[in-house]
Amino acid sequence: MRSKPHRVLGVVMQQWFLASNMSAPKYITSACIISNDTVTLNGEQSFAGDNSGVDSFLLSVYQHFQLSYPKFHKMDRLSKLGWLAAELLLQNFDSAYYQPEQVGTVLANANSSLDMDLKYYDSISDVPSPSLFVYTLPNIVAGEICIRHHFKGENAFFVQPKFDAEFIQGQVDQLLDQNILQACICGWVDVLGQAYEAKLYLVEKIKKDNAVEFAADQMK
Amino acid sequence: MMANAPDIIPDVYVVADNILSPIGSTTVENLASLQTGVSGVKAQSRPAISNESFVASLFDDEQIKVIDKSYTRFESLLVSSITDALSGLGENFLNEKTGLIISSTKGNIDLLETEAHNDELNQRIALHTSAQIVADCFRIKAKPVVLSNACISGVMAILTGLRMIRSGQYDQVIVTGADVISKFVYSGFKSFQALSAEVCKPFDKDRAGLNLGEGAATVILSKNKLSDSDVKVSSGAISNDANHISGPSRTGHELGFAIKKALLDAGIASNDIGYISAHGTATNYNDEMEANAINFAGLQRVPLNSLKPYYGHTLGAAGLIESIIAIHAIKTGQIFSSLGYTESGVTQTVNVVTELTNTNITHALKTASGFGGCNAAMVFSK
Repeated sequence: MRSKPHRVLGVVMQQWFLASNMSAPKYITSACIISNDTVTLNGEQSFAGDNSGVDSFLLSVYQHFQLSYPKFHKMDRLSKLGWLAAELLLQNFDSAYYQPEQVGTVLANANSSLDMDLKYYDSISDVPSPSLFVYTLPNIVAGEICIRHHFKGENAFFVQPKFDAEFIQGQVDQLLDQNILQACICGWVDVLGQAYEAKLYLVEKIKKDNAVEFAADQMK
Repeated sequence: MMANAPDIIPDVYVVADNILSPIGSTTVENLASLQTGVSGVKAQSRPAISNESFVASLFDDEQIKVIDKSYTRFESLLVSSITDALSGLGENFLNEKTGLIISSTKGNIDLLETEAHNDELNQRIALHTSAQIVADCFRIKAKPVVLSNACISGVMAILTGLRMIRSGQYDQVIVTGADVISKFVYSGFKSFQALSAEVCKPFDKDRAGLNLGEGAATVILSKNKLSDSDVKVSSGAISNDANHISGPSRTGHELGFAIKKALLDAGIASNDIGYISAHGTATNYNDEMEANAINFAGLQRVPLNSLKPYYGHTLGAAGLIESIIAIHAIKTGQIFSSLGYTESGVTQTVNVVTELTNTNITHALKTASGFGGCNAAMVFSK
């Protein structure tokens, strides 16, 4: 068969990336943790709520950081939590540095969308609501983050009994080492009732001030 | 340069598979149904799901084997499907280098409808609980992986398995998925006005929405080819529309990007693809977007079908069921008719197959899209 240049290039590139043990260095360039009524940005507490419950706390984070995104108010708790964490995580992110397809997400949680599933199920004896039903999937939070920041790369959502940082690191390593993505938001975003926790990390190949080398231990 | 490329990247093969659906409990039975135009989609009267009758592809109770009374319906389907897929592979096939990936959108959510709600039920519903039960059933030591990425879950689970073998983490991976249709799921799709009152007609001018379906499916991936006819998993890619959480991209460029990336990674061109197994839900928006994407990737002349008129939309199982049919299309050269299709109802050209077609297929493409704006494309090869 006649050798087609793009065919050869594709195979060579794939072989090279897959075979390369010399993976490019990767850094956590930003970290945002929202849990226990506090927001922690890059290791420093930047906001504390007044223990008034998850809904009131999420709204107070939105207001404290003077965010403006009307769609926020339509989201379920899981999307609000993940969206807020991503918003704060990406405060200094230069999106022009990347193509939309080069940025993606790898997220996980324990309870999938159960918080919204319970709410939706309670509503169906009356009139089932499409605006509630759409949030009964865990990956919708990734969709909300992608819409807000115009990210079009790979997005994955895993369900685990507890945050498996080694697994998440393995997934992100592959995506960045094989040049499927150049930047990735990864971590944990979980809500059930009044219990919530978001731990999001921005992983890039460029070293910035205060960046730490990307490793599972850095996400624990 | 090619000669110097180290030959340490294993190819990954599909060495066994199972489709467990209302039209067959093995892949062979399912293929026989498709060959004779048998569909599982029909009028259903299920008061537990809806007071009104509706059109869907659902299991009868006797079609779901009770393996262990502690298993839920969802778990029974997964275990039955895996058991059949493994049945030809010998006692010692599973070992410490075997991984398990489970794909589902709603798992055990039907338990909300029959059980008292408390913290214990929350745990029982959790997808990771089911995953551990399935892993324990087959004595798989590896931590099971659960992927829940809306309607691309099944396709993405195969891609995840491919990468796990290529990275050297596992020698073989069981990729399985299922979803059951409950009042929860049915009422939600109905609230979206997404359901057709008759058998769905993907890409047709008279298409009027989707049908829901129940099913489970399993592929066993291995770095070792076990038979000459084993099909290779060549590549895959995922993208996001970044447009709307419940409506697809207006241009289809994002699914188109995933398709182009999958072709590039497989080292093939658009004219190397012999068959497209489309997502084809028969909603107005999905089929239009998909037709745009297929044109964007230059695949508009490639024979295409959607299997939704046979299975309905089986959610977390759909990508697996439809990939297995594509894998067998490569083996047999047979492409099934896209049931019910008469005249195009999308603005871009797509080559919808309207009768059982025998051809030669070296590479097949499977596409999928879902809520949250996610898109997936996989290439399987001879």
